[in-house]
Amino acid sequence: MDTDDHDISLQVNGTTYRRRVESRLLLSDFLRHELGLAGTHVGCEHGVCGACTILFDGEPVRACLMFAVQANQHRISTIEGLAAKDGQYHPLQQAMHDYHGLQCGYCTPGILMTMSAFLDENPSPNEDEVREALSGNLCRCTGYQNIVDAVLAAAKTMRG
Amino acid sequence: MSTRTLGEPVKRNEDRRLLTGQALFIDDVELPGMLHAALLRSQVAHGRILKIDVSRALQRPGVIAAYVAGDLGDYWQHGPVLVPPPPIPGIVFNARTQVPLAKDKVRHVGEPLAIVIAESRYIAEDALDDIDVEIEQLPAVVDLEQGLRAESALVHDDVGSNISAHVRQTKGHYAAAAAKADHILKRRFRYEHGISSPIETRGVVAQWDGRAGQMTIWDTTQAPVFVRNGLAGVLGLNERQVRVIAPFVGGGFGPKIMMFYPEEVLLPWISMQLNRPVKWIEDRLEHFFATTHERGQIHDAEIALTSDGRILGIRDVFLHDGGAYDPYGLTVPINSQCTLLGPYVVPNYDSTFTQVFTNLPIVTPYRGAGRQHGVFVMERLLDFAAHELNIDPAEIRRRNLIPPDAFPYKNEIIYQDFAPLEYDSGNYEPVLDMALEAIGYETFKDEQAAARLAGRHLGLGIACYVEGTGIGPYEGAKVQVQSNGKVSVATGIGTQGQGHFTVFAQIAADQLGVAVSDVNVVTGDTDQFYWGAGTFASRGAVVAGNAVNEASKVVRKKALKLASDLFECSEDDLVIENGKVSITGIPEKFVSLGDLARQANPMRGAVQPGTEPGLESTQYFGPKMGATANGVHAMIIEMDPQTYELKILRYVVVHDCGTVINPMILAGQIHGGVAQGIGNAFYEKLVFDDQGQLLNASLADYLLPTALEVPRMELSHTVTKSPLNPLGIKGAGEAGAIPAGPLFAQAIEDALDLKARGVELTEIPLSPSRLFELTRDLR
Amino acid sequence: MKPSAFKYIAARSLAQALALKSEHGDEAKFIAGGQSLIPTMNFRLSRPAILIDINAIEELAGICPAAATMRIGALTRYRALQRDPVLARLFPLIGEALPHIAHPQIRNRGTIGGNLAHADPASELPAIALALGARFRVQSSSRERWIAAKDFFVGGLTTDLGPDEMLVEIELPLPQPRTGSCFLEIARRKGDFAIAGVAAMVTLDARDQCSDVRLTLCGVGEAPVDASAEAAALIGQVPSEAAFRDIAASVQAMIDPGGSVHAGADYQRHVAGVLTERALRTATERVPYGH
Repeated sequence: MDTDDHDISLQVNGTTYRRRVESRLLLSDFLRHELGLAGTHVGCEHGVCGACTILFDGEPVRACLMFAVQANQHRISTIEGLAAKDGQYHPLQQAMHDYHGLQCGYCTPGILMTMSAFLDENPSPNEDEVREALSGNLCRCTGYQNIVDAVLAAAKTMRG
Repeated sequence: MSTRTLGEPVKRNEDRRLLTGQALFIDDVELPGMLHAALLRSQVAHGRILKIDVSRALQRPGVIAAYVAGDLGDYWQHGPVLVPPPPIPGIVFNARTQVPLAKDKVRHVGEPLAIVIAESRYIAEDALDDIDVEIEQLPAVVDLEQGLRAESALVHDDVGSNISAHVRQTKGHYAAAAAKADHILKRRFRYEHGISSPIETRGVVAQWDGRAGQMTIWDTTQAPVFVRNGLAGVLGLNERQVRVIAPFVGGGFGPKIMMFYPEEVLLPWISMQLNRPVKWIEDRLEHFFATTHERGQIHDAEIALTSDGRILGIRDVFLHDGGAYDPYGLTVPINSQCTLLGPYVVPNYDSTFTQVFTNLPIVTPYRGAGRQHGVFVMERLLDFAAHELNIDPAEIRRRNLIPPDAFPYKNEIIYQDFAPLEYDSGNYEPVLDMALEAIGYETFKDEQAAARLAGRHLGLGIACYVEGTGIGPYEGAKVQVQSNGKVSVATGIGTQGQGHFTVFAQIAADQLGVAVSDVNVVTGDTDQFYWGAGTFASRGAVVAGNAVNEASKVVRKKALKLASDLFECSEDDLVIENGKVSITGIPEKFVSLGDLARQANPMRGAVQPGTEPGLESTQYFGPKMGATANGVHAMIIEMDPQTYELKILRYVVVHDCGTVINPMILAGQIHGGVAQGIGNAFYEKLVFDDQGQLLNASLADYLLPTALEVPRMELSHTVTKSPLNPLGIKGAGEAGAIPAGPLFAQAIEDALDLKARGVELTEIPLSPSRLFELTRDLR
Repeated sequence: MKPSAFKYIAARSLAQALALKSEHGDEAKFIAGGQSLIPTMNFRLSRPAILIDINAIEELAGICPAAATMRIGALTRYRALQRDPVLARLFPLIGEALPHIAHPQIRNRGTIGGNLAHADPASELPAIALALGARFRVQSSSRERWIAAKDFFVGGLTTDLGPDEMLVEIELPLPQPRTGSCFLEIARRKGDFAIAGVAAMVTLDARDQCSDVRLTLCGVGEAPVDASAEAAALIGQVPSEAAFRDIAASVQAMIDPGGSVHAGADYQRHVAGVLTERALRTATERVPYGH
């Protein structure tokens, strides 16, 4: 039985990758196991928990609800690309650290990708808007409060 | 300058790896030649296995192996009883434990029938469809009361009934107390706790290296030492040939401490058979069946009181759903039984429970571990008593609180640590007062009335609880100063987000005068620390934390001794801070800890007999019993009286867990617990049909609270140190989750005037639809 | 939860996509946003042999105001709908419903065409389309046809689409002047499947009497429910609370909700009535003054 394989070329965190993948390979599995970018986590594989959120052409999407083949010729950003090359944190990462916005850390990459895009578009959100934006990411450890505080603090930092 | 860090909100050592996606979680383990497993699981809750034929699966390209029970030979055996029954007179306990692959019978949906090993998980799942299974379906035992009837189907035929356990514990003499009571009320309560549903599911990677004779197992377990010991035993290996590593774990909450799960038992054996590493990652659908649950209890409870609301006694008879097997003994219902007593004086108590076998997944502790059920019963009884006796709900609680001079307070009945329940310390009334003050209890009635005039329905709830924490048996820690001056701490428990890498570092740093970030903590690796029990029952900080403290104290003493020999002065003249030992008042006369460590491990010269090289120490701490934390939660909600939708306006927690190591981490634990409590009370419900099928096995239909359902929480605390350990700490991991049920019930009744209208809320979880059903006759 | 194997074709044109669908019929499925399809594939509830990816067919996306209508390409993402200022102004009903659809990450990918073609009984857009009097343009290799929304939604997860057809465009008639609208929904958590949702549009004449009313519901039947006939009692009157209550009672009597793990049928019926009253009231309040 031959598998349905396709050649794809895509950019992840600024680097171009060329691979041959089976059509049914989920983007989440491709990033984690083909490219070794295991910072994107898998929590449900049905699009609810948000742990696998990445940026697809700059917009947050669920990597478990795309096939790698669909990412051909597209631009992806993952958690591994959020901090600067020299290791300096994105303001959101710094704020999450300062406000204890993570415990086990499993949902954290998905939240960071979601909220970094959110803050780029919404530089002055109020608490309700932050919670609304966060509602597509499930966290079982923190009760969300410190994450909300971290996002509000990061927004302030990013506004300068 | 002092580097005291105990009690400070120190930021976490572990954050960088987690924030940048560099932390190793189980599915990140990639090994050359690694194969992938998928399990074929029963689609029926109860049945006789007629046939399982894997031959077609073996022919699929990419499939390497497939196993059924018979293929395991002597390796196939029932798992051990992990927690034996406590020493309670008259106890009945029928031990029936799970097996790696079902043989003859299946007893719950999801029970493993076969396991396929293939080159990818995709192919392994394809191969599951190739397996030919015939199961003769039997009626499923789902309802607890029906399960105890003579005509019920039997989960375990050889037991003769569906009784997994029967326990009665008494204190004083209830019947006599009831005979003298001014007021008795009786109610039936149903409480269901849900599943842990961490964002990371379970997983196991097993790597057998035949040449080295070494088995390495990565496992999302909360108890790596016990897993190592048990698996070494069944695999026929020496303990030192087996290394269990609990990597970063994405949330545990209890079910990850269940041990000898089928997958944990199968993967290492398979790796030995195939001489290749094998990985199994539980997917979310599997998690609903393959990882243990907590579920429900039915209580028939009676309380005897004086006319001014003082408790004379309580009698409670309850049924507990234990699931298809009972490897975890009676921990959950014993916790319910004990925690029901709460912070109150209950002079007479008669509590009986029957743990029932059902054709549903196994029940083992999940954050709260049965305490929720007990707290619900007590708090509701007090609420109903307050209503019937016309006493304010906060006042009736106040009247019954154990006074501060009554500690240690003996409740006599046996607790989950097998010792008679004794509250080590507590000061309950100030906690209640702080909560009432914080929520604005005095003025709430006026606010409520004003809001009602504007068409808004507000309600208030208040609930008290006591939480047994920090039980034994023991934990250990090895603390070592390295020659670069950094400190290493190793302990046997695992970490699932509680901040051990920081909290234990703070304890060591406090003793050794170093920066917290210079302390590297290793948890969950049996090669790094050999002995321990695990992370459960709110004991990590208490037990392992104290072990770290003891070991750090010994290392500190060694450092001071070495330095005093070096400087030829008394140890009393020395001070340790900023990684250096110096003579008090003469800071330029110092030696770094790193130098001392090097000197303690000389290349030449001699080491005195009876001393050990290095600046290190391994110490163990085993509390003689658990330490009791307590708290009060208060909440104001708003309800839509037509749709029964609920919004939490304010949520207050006042909590006492003794000495606080890191208030930031403590607050995080409370926040997370409260969120799970909110989920338990109003959103999360496992919906089974009468054949044991779970109808909502997805995160779209099993509703975890999001950032829109969990409000901002206002926390404060008091400190009543535990006399049971040198640091005075009590556990805090489960507290947030415990009292949500009665809190919601009380607040909803208040918002909708239910008690006055003849409706009492005696069940959890609730939902708008359920509230509609319960109140429909009022229209 | 990995999907079963399929053959994947990234269609480069509408003609190619339609030709492939003609060739393979029910063995093939179009994939647009995939936000409904891929979960079912990961659960292996859906196992298409062929997936025809239409995401690259740019002509299928776009929001185009025309003289008397608004035309929306089926491939238009929810997110684009949310951001379009003309759409927001002319069709506030859509703007009010969109935040109830799942979460931002889903809305970045999911499409209006995918939502309508999937026809989940709890989905908001079918009921909105019904309320707005939408028409759908449907194409196959051999023909094109227009279907009114009321004829498109046949049952639960079932539409009038034939095995070789694709929904390509949604046409909305521009609303009448002096029309107010309101969409309300009850779900367990924001973004969850609707337990009941109501879309109401009330049009008033110069004397503030109702000249037209549209009332539809989602989540309370196999398909979106058109209760406009029940609401017609408003026509010719100045809308009143009593009228809203009566209409709510008729709506409760006419629907046949099925219940779910989240809510009993009686609760659905009850809140459908509550939301009907509230939606009609708010829609009326939102009617602009004058012309």
